[in-house]
Amino acid sequence: MSANFLDRFRAVLLAILFAACFAVPALAGPFEDAVAKFANDDFSDTDEAIGAVATSGNPLAFPIISALQDGRLSADPDTKKVFVTGADGKIIDAATGAAVDKLPDNAAAVRLNNRLRRAVEAALGGLTLLSPDPAKRIAAAQSVFKSHDENALPVIDGALAKETNKAVKAAFTEARAAILLYKSDATELEKLEAVAVIKARGDQEAMALLTGLGSDLPPNVARAVTTAIASIQSNLQMWSMVQNAWYGLSLGSVLLLAAIGLAITFGVMGVINMAHGEMVMIGAYTTFVVQEVIRTRYPGLFDYSLLIAVPLAFLVAGAIGVLIERGIIRFLYGRPLETLLATWGLSLVLQQAVRTMFGPTNREVGNPSWMSGAFELGQITITYNRLWILCFTLAVFVILLAMLRYTALGLEMRAVTQNRRMAASMGIATSRVDALTFGLGSGIAGIAGVALSQIDNVSPNLGQSYIIDSFMVVVFGGVGNLWGTLVGAFTLGIANKFLEPVAGAVLGKIAILVLIILFIQKRPRGLFALKGRAVEA
Amino acid sequence: MTPHVLTRSLDRSATIFLVVVAALGVLIPLSNLLMPAGSALQVPTYLVALFGKYACYAILALSIDLIWGYCGILSLGHGAFFALGGYAMGMYLMRQIGSRGVYGNPILPDFMVFLNYPSLPWYWYGFDMFWFAAVMVLVVPGLLAFCFGWLAFRSRVTGVYLSIITQAMTYALLLAFFRNDFGFGGNNGLTDFKDILGFNVQADGTRAALFALSCLALILTFLICRAVVTSKLGKVLIAIRDAESRTRFLGYRVESYKLFVFTLSACMAGVAGALYVPQVGIINPSEFAPGNSIEAVIWVAVGGRGTLVGAALGAVVVNYAKTFFTSGPLAPYWLFMLGALFILVTLLLPKGIVGTFNAWRESRKATEAANAESAALEDGVGEPKPAE
Amino acid sequence: MLTKLTHDIATLSRRRWLAATAGLVLGLAAFSNAKAQETIKVGVLHSLSGTMAISETTLKDTILFLIDEQNKKGGVMGKKLEAVVVDPASNWPLFAEKARELITKDKVSVVFGCWTSVSRKSVLPVFKELNSILFYPVQYEGEESERNVFYTGAAPNQQAIPAVDYLMKDEKVKRWVLAGTDYVYPRTTNKILEAYLKSKGVKQEDIMINYTPFGHSDWQTIVADIKKFGSAGKKTAVVSTINGDANVPFYKELGNQGIKATDIPVVAFSVGEEELAGIDTKPLLGHLAAWNYFQSIKSPENEKFIKAWQAYTKNPKRVTNDPMEAHVIGFDMWVKAVEKVKSTDPDKVIDALPGIEAKNLTGGTSKMLPNHHITKPVFIGEIKANGQFDVVWKTPGLVAGDAWSKELDGSKDLIGDWVGKKCGNYNTKTNKCGGQGS
Repeated sequence: MSANFLDRFRAVLLAILFAACFAVPALAGPFEDAVAKFANDDFSDTDEAIGAVATSGNPLAFPIISALQDGRLSADPDTKKVFVTGADGKIIDAATGAAVDKLPDNAAAVRLNNRLRRAVEAALGGLTLLSPDPAKRIAAAQSVFKSHDENALPVIDGALAKETNKAVKAAFTEARAAILLYKSDATELEKLEAVAVIKARGDQEAMALLTGLGSDLPPNVARAVTTAIASIQSNLQMWSMVQNAWYGLSLGSVLLLAAIGLAITFGVMGVINMAHGEMVMIGAYTTFVVQEVIRTRYPGLFDYSLLIAVPLAFLVAGAIGVLIERGIIRFLYGRPLETLLATWGLSLVLQQAVRTMFGPTNREVGNPSWMSGAFELGQITITYNRLWILCFTLAVFVILLAMLRYTALGLEMRAVTQNRRMAASMGIATSRVDALTFGLGSGIAGIAGVALSQIDNVSPNLGQSYIIDSFMVVVFGGVGNLWGTLVGAFTLGIANKFLEPVAGAVLGKIAILVLIILFIQKRPRGLFALKGRAVEA
Repeated sequence: MTPHVLTRSLDRSATIFLVVVAALGVLIPLSNLLMPAGSALQVPTYLVALFGKYACYAILALSIDLIWGYCGILSLGHGAFFALGGYAMGMYLMRQIGSRGVYGNPILPDFMVFLNYPSLPWYWYGFDMFWFAAVMVLVVPGLLAFCFGWLAFRSRVTGVYLSIITQAMTYALLLAFFRNDFGFGGNNGLTDFKDILGFNVQADGTRAALFALSCLALILTFLICRAVVTSKLGKVLIAIRDAESRTRFLGYRVESYKLFVFTLSACMAGVAGALYVPQVGIINPSEFAPGNSIEAVIWVAVGGRGTLVGAALGAVVVNYAKTFFTSGPLAPYWLFMLGALFILVTLLLPKGIVGTFNAWRESRKATEAANAESAALEDGVGEPKPAE
Repeated sequence: MLTKLTHDIATLSRRRWLAATAGLVLGLAAFSNAKAQETIKVGVLHSLSGTMAISETTLKDTILFLIDEQNKKGGVMGKKLEAVVVDPASNWPLFAEKARELITKDKVSVVFGCWTSVSRKSVLPVFKELNSILFYPVQYEGEESERNVFYTGAAPNQQAIPAVDYLMKDEKVKRWVLAGTDYVYPRTTNKILEAYLKSKGVKQEDIMINYTPFGHSDWQTIVADIKKFGSAGKKTAVVSTINGDANVPFYKELGNQGIKATDIPVVAFSVGEEELAGIDTKPLLGHLAAWNYFQSIKSPENEKFIKAWQAYTKNPKRVTNDPMEAHVIGFDMWVKAVEKVKSTDPDKVIDALPGIEAKNLTGGTSKMLPNHHITKPVFIGEIKANGQFDVVWKTPGLVAGDAWSKELDGSKDLIGDWVGKKCGNYNTKTNKCGGQGS
C-alpha cells in the first residue's frame, strides 16, 4: 500500500466524517464498543457494528471491514476481543491496532449472512470510492448505485470533481443520479436530470432503480420516470432478441461440439456409435484427473489445466476409440443395426466402469479464472465460458475440415468412405484408415468432454444426456456432410432458444423433436443430402 | 427339400413352445391357489406376478421380432406403444378407484385433485368403461403407429434413419408424459389401483387369473405372428427385409405391407403393456425411456432374430437374469453383465440362441444325411442324387 | 467293456454326489431355519445402480451402519439384526417387485427405503396388501398418511414454509421465483408456497413459477429471466426445488452471469452436503438451504455420530446429510417400539410407534406423531466455501409435520390420525374418514 494511497484514503475518511449528518466523534470509547460487538456472534449486533465502524472515521475501519468481507476478522467470545488477520498473515487487535502474536485458541471467524454481506459491500463502496485503481472506483460507484445511500453523496460529489477517467466519471454520475432520485429533499430539477442519466444507462439495474421508486413523486418527475421506464423496456425488448440469438448460438455450439465426433463416426463411416456419449464422458473425466493432479502437485498451473487436458482427452478417447474399432466394430461393418446394439452394450459397460472407478457421485471440475465471469455487450451478458466454448467449437470444426481436405489421412478417409473397394485397389490400407477414422471421431468426442465439463455435471450419466441430441443434429443436418452438422446444430440451438421463452423448456424440446421427425419425412436424408450412388449403399 | 424340413422343424419347436406356455398358464395359477401356502409345490404369489411380467415382455419381444426379424424394420421406440397400452389400462384402473382415493373425490384421480383440475379432461372420458379402455389399448398405439408409419414409409425413411426417428418419437413422448400439465400424473404416473372388472387387483385369485390371461395372450400373439409369417404376406415381408428395392420393382406396394405389419406389431405391444400394468401396479413415463426400447430389441437379438420362439425365450432369459442379479452381492455389476451380453451376442451369436441352435441342428442333419448318403454309396445300394 | 466300467463309476459317483448335496441342502436349510429364529431381518430397499444410485447408496450404508451399531449393543430383544439388501436399480416397477420379495420371501420385519416419490407410490400398495412397515427418510410433498408408512423426512411445513418465512423477515424479500424440476414434489411444494405467499399479501405478479425437465443443463434463458424478474426494484429470492443433477449447471450459470447471493439469494430444498461434495462451491457462497439437519451443527450426539460413521466407512472425509439423520431417528424409533411391545408383529409395532421419542442429532428429541410424521427442528444454512453449511437461523422449537397441507383447498380439512380415528385422511369438517369428498 503506497503512502500516497493512505493519504488519499485518510482524506476520504475525513470527508465522510465531516459530511455525514451525524458525525461521530472519533473517540476511543464508542469505536471500541462497536468493535467489541463483533464478538457477540449475533447478526444484528454485527450489523450495528458494521454501521458504526464504517462511519467512525477511525483509520482501522477499512482494514476491519475488508477483513470481515474476506473472513479474516476473528473474535474471542470470552474476552470480547476482535482481531484482524492481514492478507500478509500479520495479526492486529482490531480495537487498538496493536500487533498480536497469535490468535487465542477459541477465536472464531466473525460470521456473516447475506444481509450483512450487503452491508459490508455498501460500507466498502463508501470507503473505496477514492481508491487509486480505476476498476475499484467503478466497483465502488456500482455498489453506491445499488445502495443509493444518501450519506455517500458528499464523497461522490468530491470524487466527481476530481475524477479524470471517463468511465469512472460516468459511473460516478450514475451513482450520484441514483442517490438524488431517492433523496427526499432533492429538487425537482435535480430529480429530472437524474432520471435522464439513468434512462441513458438503460439496463436492467436502471430499470430496477426506476421501478423501485415510490408513488409520492412530483407529477413531472413521475411522468419522466414512466416514459423512461417505457423507453428502457422497449430497448431491453430489442436486446432480448439479440440475447436469444446469442443463447441459441451458444446452445448450438454445445450441440455441435457433442455431435461433431459423431458426424465422423456415424456421418462419414456410417457406424452408429451409441457409445459416443461415453467418449464425451471419458474426456470430461480426463479433465477431472488432470485437475486433480494439478491441484495436488502443481497448483500454479491450474489456469492451464484445460489446455493440458485437451490433447490428453483427445489421446485417451482416441485410443479407446481405436481399441473399440479393432475389437468390436470391424467385425460388424455392413450390419449397422448390430453395431448399434453392440455399442449400446459397450456404453453400459463404460458407464458402469467409470461408476466403479470414480464413484457414482458428481466429480468437481473447476473453472479456470479465464473461463469464469461475464462481460456486458450492450444490454446482454456474455459469459466467458460460453464464449470460449463457441470459439473452441468453431476452431475444432475448422481444423477438422482442413484435416479432411488437405492431409493425406483426410484424403484416404474420404476415398475409403466413398468407395472402399476402389480405395483398396489403389493401395490404401482400408482397415488402418477405418481404425484411425474411428479414433479421430472418438478423440473429438473426448475434446468435447473437456469443454462440456465446464458447464455440466461430470458424472457417469454425462454422455447419455447428449447422445439423442447428437444423433438428431447429425440426422437433421444430413449424414456424411460436416457442413450439414454445423448448420443443423446452430439451427436447432437457435430454434430451441426462440421457442423456450414462448413454450417453456420442456414443450420447446418436444416441439423440436416433432419438427425433426416431420422434417425427416420431407427430406429423408437430412438438410444436406449426399447425392448419387453412395446414397443407396 | 430344405424349406420343407425348415417349416416342419419350426412347427415342432412352435408346438413345444405353445404346449409349454399353455401348461405353465394352467399349472402355475392352480398351484398358487390350490396348494397350501408354504408347501414345496406352491408357487408363491410374488413369483406369479413376476412370471406374469415376463409373459408381457415376451409379447413385446414377439411384436418387435415380427417387424425386425421378418420385415427388417428396427424400431427403437417400441416401448412407446407398450407404454401407451399400459396408460390406457392404467386410466381405466384409475377410474375404478372412484371415491376410494385419498381425497375421496368420486370423479377425479388424486393427482388431479392436488393439481386443482376443475373437472375431468376430455381425453379421460370413457375410460370408466372396460370395453372402451380395451379398445383404446389397441387403437391408441395402433393409430400412432399408423400415422407414424404412414409418414415414414411413404417417404421411404429406412434403416438407421427410421431407428433414430422412432427413438425421437419415444423420447418426445417421455418428455410429454413427464409434464404434470399433460394430465397423466407426471413422473408419479398412475398407481394405487384397486379393482379390475370388480375384482381386487391384489387378490391372489386376480393375480393368477391375470397370469393365465397373459399366457393366453402370449399364445394368441404367437399364433397371429405365425399366421402372418407363414402366409404369402410373410414371404413378401421377408423379401422386403432382404431386398426392399427389388421387391418394389417386382410390383409390390412395399409401404402398405410395412405399414400393416408395423401397426399390427404396435397393437400387440399395446396389449402387452395393458396386461403388464395391473400386474406390476404402476405405469409411469420411464417406460418411454429410449433405453427400455433398446433393451427390448436386445431380448430379441439374444433369443434369435427371425425366430418367434427365440424372441419370447430371449425376453424371459434376459429378464430372469435381471431379477436374479439385482438381489445378490452381484448387484453393482449387473450393468457390466448386461452390456457384455449385448456385445457378445452381436459378435458371437448373430443368430441368437434359437437361431444358432437351429443352424446347428440343420448342419448336423445335413452331415448325417451326407454321411448316410456316403455310407449308402460305399455300400453301393443307393443312387447318387443330383446336387440341389 | 472299459467304457461301461467308467460309466458305472460315473453313475455311482453321481449318486453319491447327489446324496451329499441333498444332505448339504438339508443341513443348510436346518441351519438357516435355526438362524432365522435367532435374528430379526431388516429390509433395505435403496437403488444401488441407475440414476438414483448417486443419492441412495449412502442410505443403504447408513442402515448397515446402524444395524452394526445395534448388534454391538446386543441387538433387539436379545436377537441380532440381519440386513437384507436388494437393488431396485432406479426402476419403479422393480421397487414394487423387490418390496414384495423382501416381505414374502425374506420375511423381513421392517423395511427402510425409497427416495423418490414415485418409488414410494410404487411400493405403497405392496406394503398395504402384505401389512408390513416402511420407513421413508426423504423430504417429500406431503398429502399422504398411510398406516404402513412412517415418514421421517420433512413435510412441506417443516422445510419450505420456515425457509420462506426467514427470507421474508430477515432478507425482506418481496418477489419470489419458485423454480423446480417438473415432478410431484416441486409441484406440490410450489403450490403450497404460492398459497402461503398470497396469504401473506404477496401479489400474483410478484411470483414467478418455472418448471424444467429432469437433468436440465442449459440454464441461460431461465437465469436471464430470473435476473430480469429480479430487476423490478424489489428484493427477489429464488426458492429452488430443482432436483439433483440439474443443480450444478444451474449454480454455475448463476455464478457466471454475476448473480451473487447478496443480489438474489437461492434457497434450495434438495441440495445438501452430499450434493455439494461434487461442486466447486466458491460461486455458491451465501446461497441457502433449508434442512432439519446439517453436518456442521455442533452437538455431542452429532459429533459422536460423525466420528462413528467416518470410522465405519473408513473415510475421514465422508459427509453426513439430512436423510441419513432421518434414518437414524427412524431406526431408533423402530427399535424402541419393538422393545416396548416385545414383538416384531407389524400390527403391534405400528400401534406402538406413535408417541415414541428418539433423540435427533441436533440436540433435540423428535417424537412420532399419530399421523406417522415426526417433529423436527428447521435450520437455514448458508453455503460456505468448504462445502458445509453455516446455520444462520433455526426455529425456536420443534415443528410437527403436517401430513395434509393447510394451504391447499383439497386438503385443508384433512388430518391423519392412526391412534384415535384410525384413519389417514380424516375429514374434520364432516367427521368422516375418506378425504375431502366424504
